[in-house]
Amino acid sequence: MRPLTEEETRVMFEKIAKYIGENLQLLIDRPDGTYCFRLHNDRVYYVSEKILKLAANISGDKLVSLGTCFGKFTKTHKFRLHVTALDYLAPYAKYKVWVKPGAEQSFLYGNHVLKSGLGRITENTSQYQGVVVYSMADIPLGFGVAAKSTQDCRKVDPMAIVVFHQADIGEYVRHEETLT
Amino acid sequence: MEGQSVEELLAKAEQDEAEKLRLITVHKELELEFDLGNLLASDRNPPTGLRRGGPTPEAELKALARDNTQLLINQLWQLPTERVEEAVVAQLPEPITRLPREKPVPRPRPLTRWQQFARLKGIRPKKKTNLVWDEVSGQWRRRWGYQRARDDTKEWLIEVPGNADPLEDQFAKRTQAKKERVAKNELNRLRNLARAHKMQLPSSAGLHPTGHQSKEELGRALQVAKVSTASVGRFQERLPKEKAPRGSGKKRKFQPLFGDFAAEKKSQLEMLRVMNSKKPQLDVTRATNKQMREEDQEEAAKRRKMGQKGKRKGGRQGPGGKRKGGPPSQGGKSKGGLGGKMNSGPPGLGSKRKGGQRQGGKKRK
Repeated sequence: MRPLTEEETRVMFEKIAKYIGENLQLLIDRPDGTYCFRLHNDRVYYVSEKILKLAANISGDKLVSLGTCFGKFTKTHKFRLHVTALDYLAPYAKYKVWVKPGAEQSFLYGNHVLKSGLGRITENTSQYQGVVVYSMADIPLGFGVAAKSTQDCRKVDPMAIVVFHQADIGEYVRHEETLT
Repeated sequence: MEGQSVEELLAKAEQDEAEKLRLITVHKELELEFDLGNLLASDRNPPTGLRRGGPTPEAELKALARDNTQLLINQLWQLPTERVEEAVVAQLPEPITRLPREKPVPRPRPLTRWQQFARLKGIRPKKKTNLVWDEVSGQWRRRWGYQRARDDTKEWLIEVPGNADPLEDQFAKRTQAKKERVAKNELNRLRNLARAHKMQLPSSAGLHPTGHQSKEELGRALQVAKVSTASVGRFQERLPKEKAPRGSGKKRKFQPLFGDFAAEKKSQLEMLRVMNSKKPQLDVTRATNKQMREEDQEEAAKRRKMGQKGKRKGGRQGPGGKRKGGPPSQGGKSKGGLGGKMNSGPPGLGSKRKGGQRQGGKKRK
């Protein structure tokens, strides 16, 4: 377990900032405690200082997880956000997409969101912008990348993909073994 | 009056004495246990005043600490003293309480090669005498080491054996053999040590060319030869198709796990600030989208108006009017629209920008 290097922090912040923008500083600088990012086995964990001190007493090969896993660094040092970060991304999301009840299940199975399943989308979402996907009852379902800007979403045909799937809460069941 | 004052003085003096005594005498139900070697005093009196609960009774704790310290110091003053460089020093007795280990128990070391062999064969160490009788010098000498009993390197006469070369230096041969034995012993000692600490010795596998080297050995020998220059291999050229060696860099050093959290936070916030400042303030795609949206809205409004006019005037002229009016109006309007929008573009977008600041240099062409 170790803190992130400058390079790794930068890569991770760039990724997270795609979804929450400058609200990221609310994650770093919290009024209710000191939270920090630590790297363990290529995965980044967001953990409070208290828990970190306790976790330091466990040997590295026996430690499975601590705090919240935000994502992991791949072998080529790219950062991949996992669905376990949703609880921290959803409240600060800048661009949101609401999905109709019919298309919810499709998204939760890992499919992309089509125009026919799109309920609402925040105004002036640009193309390839990171978005958080909600159900019509305002429950965060996961996150993705906007395939079309809000403008283009209006003009495109109903079978076109509007949001690329990145992570959804169905992964808690489907990828139970790999999520830590 | 004087009598009164004298009495008063006496009373006052008595009071002061009593006060002083009270300061240094402490009454305890149970005597304290002292371990003066460790400067330790153990108080076994039940802490009745402290167990009331609620907020910590600061005054009582302070009083208790003062009393116990007073008793400890009283005991210290009773120790025998000596003078060391103009300071009166008390001689502490031996400590009674045994302190626990500071470091963990050392783990058992792996056996050396000889120990393994001896264990296997069941060889036990024979008890040997320390001194051996040396005939040559006529005295008891030690078995090995400095001025040992039978030192074959110190012989003054060596017979040349029958099968040896007559021109060979026998004395040099003996010292050479001794050196080789010492070196071999040292090597084995280091190997045992490396095995105990699970480290790898730098091997000299490929460094003695025999003509039957494997590819890996040759590669290793090549690497070692490259680095064995005065600049530690920095200015050695590589062959045209030779690849750079893997893992020849320094081991990375990371920040400690519990570094300064405040400093970490500050550096991360700084990085965020730099990241945000580097993003372009005028987002070209957003500008084009806004432009497109406004154009669409205008076109829709125009078409609606044309449609209404056409309906009012009549069927034939309507479409014609629409057709005629369509392209030129579109062209004219869009050009004019663009031209018109050009001036108002950046300020309009500026209001939508994050910081609300104007970037003079980033005007759209």
